[in-house]
Amino acid sequence: MNTFTAPEIDYVAISPILIVGIAALLSVLAETFLPRFLRRQIQLMLTFFSLIGAFIVLVINHNLRTITVGGAVAIDGPGVVLMGTILLLSLLSAFLIAERSLDSLGDAFAPSASALPGSVDEREFSARGYFQTEVWTLFLFAVFGMLVFVVANDLLFMFVALEVMSLPLYLMVGMARRRRLLSQEASLKYFVLGAFSSAFFIFGAGLVYGFAGSISLPVIHDSLASTTSETLLIVIGMAMLLVGLFFKVGAVPFHQWTPDVYQGAPTPITAFMGATVKVAAFGAMMRLLYVAFSGIQWDWEVILWTVAILSMLVGSLIALTQSDVKRMLAYSAVAQSGFILVGVVAASPAGIAAVMFYLIAYGVVTVGTLAVISMVRDSSGEATHLSKWAGLGKKSPVLGAVMATFMLSLAGIPLTSGFVIKFGVFAAAIAEGDTWLVIAAVIASIIAAFFYVRVIVVMFFSAPNENTASVAIPSILTTITVAATATTTLVLGIIPQPLLDLLSNAGIFIR
Amino acid sequence: MTVMPAEGLFSLMWLLIALPLAGAAILLFTGRRSNSWGPYLGVLSVCASAVLGVLLLIEMMGLPTEERAITQVVYQWVFVGDFTVDLAFQLDQLSMVFILLITIVGSLIHIYSLGYMSHDPDKRKFFGYLNLFVAAMLLLVMANNYLLLYVGWEGVGLASYLLIGFWQHKRTAAAAAKKAFIINRIGDVGLSLAIMLMFVTFGSVTFSDVFGSATQASEGTLTAIGLLLLLAAAGKSAQFPLQAWLLDAMEGPTPVSALIHAATMVTAGVYLIARSNVIYNNAEWAAMAVIVVALITIFMGAIIGSAKDDIKKALAGSTMSQIGYMMLAVGLGPIGYVFAIFHLVTHGVFKAGLFLGAGSVMHGMDDNVNMRRYGALRSVMVITFITFMAGYLAIIGIPPFSGFWSKDEIIHAAFERGWFIGGAAVLAAGITGFYMTRMVAMTFFGKKRWESDVHPHESSAVMTIPLIILGLGSTFLGMALLFWGDIKSWLEPVVGYESEPTPLPTTAYIGITLIVVIAGALIGWISYARREVPVDAPSGNWLTRAARRDLYGDAVNHALVVAPTNYAARALVWCDARAIDGFVNGSAAVVGGLSGRLRRTQSGFIRSYALSMVGGAVLVLLALLLVRI
Repeated sequence: MNTFTAPEIDYVAISPILIVGIAALLSVLAETFLPRFLRRQIQLMLTFFSLIGAFIVLVINHNLRTITVGGAVAIDGPGVVLMGTILLLSLLSAFLIAERSLDSLGDAFAPSASALPGSVDEREFSARGYFQTEVWTLFLFAVFGMLVFVVANDLLFMFVALEVMSLPLYLMVGMARRRRLLSQEASLKYFVLGAFSSAFFIFGAGLVYGFAGSISLPVIHDSLASTTSETLLIVIGMAMLLVGLFFKVGAVPFHQWTPDVYQGAPTPITAFMGATVKVAAFGAMMRLLYVAFSGIQWDWEVILWTVAILSMLVGSLIALTQSDVKRMLAYSAVAQSGFILVGVVAASPAGIAAVMFYLIAYGVVTVGTLAVISMVRDSSGEATHLSKWAGLGKKSPVLGAVMATFMLSLAGIPLTSGFVIKFGVFAAAIAEGDTWLVIAAVIASIIAAFFYVRVIVVMFFSAPNENTASVAIPSILTTITVAATATTTLVLGIIPQPLLDLLSNAGIFIR
Repeated sequence: MTVMPAEGLFSLMWLLIALPLAGAAILLFTGRRSNSWGPYLGVLSVCASAVLGVLLLIEMMGLPTEERAITQVVYQWVFVGDFTVDLAFQLDQLSMVFILLITIVGSLIHIYSLGYMSHDPDKRKFFGYLNLFVAAMLLLVMANNYLLLYVGWEGVGLASYLLIGFWQHKRTAAAAAKKAFIINRIGDVGLSLAIMLMFVTFGSVTFSDVFGSATQASEGTLTAIGLLLLLAAAGKSAQFPLQAWLLDAMEGPTPVSALIHAATMVTAGVYLIARSNVIYNNAEWAAMAVIVVALITIFMGAIIGSAKDDIKKALAGSTMSQIGYMMLAVGLGPIGYVFAIFHLVTHGVFKAGLFLGAGSVMHGMDDNVNMRRYGALRSVMVITFITFMAGYLAIIGIPPFSGFWSKDEIIHAAFERGWFIGGAAVLAAGITGFYMTRMVAMTFFGKKRWESDVHPHESSAVMTIPLIILGLGSTFLGMALLFWGDIKSWLEPVVGYESEPTPLPTTAYIGITLIVVIAGALIGWISYARREVPVDAPSGNWLTRAARRDLYGDAVNHALVVAPTNYAARALVWCDARAIDGFVNGSAAVVGGLSGRLRRTQSGFIRSYALSMVGGAVLVLLALLLVRI
């Protein structure tokens, strides 16, 4: 007869996750029961207090290393760093989501996302000046899912976290106030393809379970270590798990949703998902590969090599001919995923530290860049076409300088964080003998430099004309995000050592 | 020599640099706001440094000889592995001498500039640059390692560039600034290579480490270091073959010529070699190269000075020649170091006086520099005339004026090395007598050859007082330093001193030198005071024509460096345009084309996206299977 024993739960260790999760639940209640005029304040309080509180708790317990919740959650050094990164990047994005002074119509979100675009309902909601606050509930659930995703220590838990993280994102993408058709199309595409990739993931989990008889990552590792039989089954399963994750990070050839979604989503949401989903998915990918599948490293190295090279080259190449800033950033994100994969391939403590550094610095730059994009506007809302950026740097030198900093960082120019992180992953990969991969990465970097620098050239070396967009005056919220991201980008570029030491001390994923 | 940590008053030595540096920062960063009070602040900061310098001197004189080298570490500047460089100062007898020269002469010239530049709209900027120069020059002489010295070295180079080109609206001034900068750069490369070689050889660039272990290095290495340092010194001190910039540098305002291009910066090369005396003492050939360069420059400068009609350029030629004397002295080794520094100080004072005198004359003559348009100014500008005469007697070496004592010691030391070097030094002293007499005769004596609308007048007190002080210095400083200050035993702990016997008694050499100098002066007097000086220069003999063109320095530079560089540049541009750009543009076209093709895969249809994902999954599996087979 089976007896059920409740698993040991270390509530202290998982308290950051719990705080955000409880805030998400309270947010549902607030959305349901509070009167309209109170909701925004309460939702903002819930969001900011929970994110900051979770981060403080995380910092206080940063030395905790444990496997808890019956083996389903592993709190280790990288896990703590990744959770902290997600919390901080979410906080920076939350400022952008809360912004209401950039758009003359209010915030970036549709008053009622379910109303048909162009319908009478929509016009009425707009005319009444409705604002919706559901975005905060969705936002908190997404953050909650991400936090779980990076510490999930078994395949099912990982899958659930993946869905908790993804479903709110699908919805948030479709909530843009302007260009609603584009936004809804992006949302639908993202949802259908996301479901497709989740199917790959769960199918892969099934195959792995078939081989190992367990969904727990350490057990999978042990069964691989002790097996003498053919491992084809588990290798195929692992490949399918990876397909699910490659989709999330937008690696080639699973990247095609990225440009549509980056362009269609409300810009604050693009910033949020562009920065944090990468952190969560790469965190989970590293845990999966290093903890469960280190026994078949030869097999996944091949996959990672292929996907990394494809992502870097295809991403950089297509970005060359993009004329929309957000689409260009999407392809840039594809290429950057390739660069991060170079660090993942290294599979060494130095590689882990380098990848985490990459995720932090890249996330910061992504949020910052999209914050700047959200400020560049003309009469029809955000002006994302590159031709409207002509001479912008001359019209608004400060904004131009900030954007130039971000572009230089993305291109990997020294004295910005972008150089340090690229150097970090390349050095880690070379140390593990992946020299040819790094050579491909360097070639891709050269190609990529072109389109990043082109933005600077357009901003500073063309004369402003009547089409040039103007820069909306943001409230303190966006200003904080822009200032914080720009400063971080420069500081990490000039004195990277403290953070590098911190990350090196974080150690490796525990089993 | 032991180096003591800075205590008491000495712990303030950083202020010497910080005061003028702060002055420069305030003047240059506050912009127009400080136009009214800025120049006074500039003067004040340097004067404060001078006062502190004098106090430090008094404090240092109270110490026993072996405790006079004091070091102050401000902070650790460079730390790479086990290679460290401190931002640290070393105050010893040698740097003390320089500090006093720089700050006191600097203060006088700052005060003089208040008058000289009073009508210039950019006066504030001018004082800012001057302050910057003083700070950089002090850093140069106070550094306790070569790397920090290099910072000062570049700093004075920058200040010199900015000040030569101060009136950059004049094309000639802008070009002269650029020329000085580029030629100095060649010397600077020598210094940086020397520093690297020291680092490779000794693992340190601190003076005490380098000199402490110099004897362990091979003579070849030391010779290489010595020659590279000589290259650096030649650039900064306008010695052959890098002399061409100094004459053009006279495009700068006259106080700049006095301070930077006569009294202080151009002597940095002499300082560098005197400071590195340990290296030259162990590298005979490097020291010999210094002597050769010095002798060539002495004569070049003297000949150029004899032919120029531009009073500042004639003085510049004389500066080259006089620095040549100092270089000769440092090349002689321990028998000469102290006299090189001695002459450097007296020259700094009397040449500053001469330049400021020339500036005063120009001020009265509506900025005309052509001596053929001067004449008979002695009765119009009495103070300028008297002080200029003090400088004149000092530079040609008539006792008891200060130049006599220092130059005579150098000539005597040259004779200790051999009659050839000594003879050359005496001959050049004769030419000095000639060209300086020519200058004085053309300017102050003879008949008026003024332009019609010029009304010469004596300058205001703010300009004449510095002139008087420098005139007194030109007269008495030599005696004071030699007899009262005992400069030989003062400097001896730093640079060493020894004496060698000579075949004739000392008085004989003094006699010979004086006879030659007076002969030269007489020829000058007969040619330019007795005879009518034509307003338009006669064509002259071949030597005069050559000297007027700076002995073809520019032509040589053009043929040897500028023209080949231009050809190389053109060839490279061609390569760049055809080969490299061709490759780059070609690959850009290929990449762009590829981008255009790839972008078509982004159809916007969700079905094709899903298909691509399936394709991707198949690709991943295929890759796996391929590897496993």
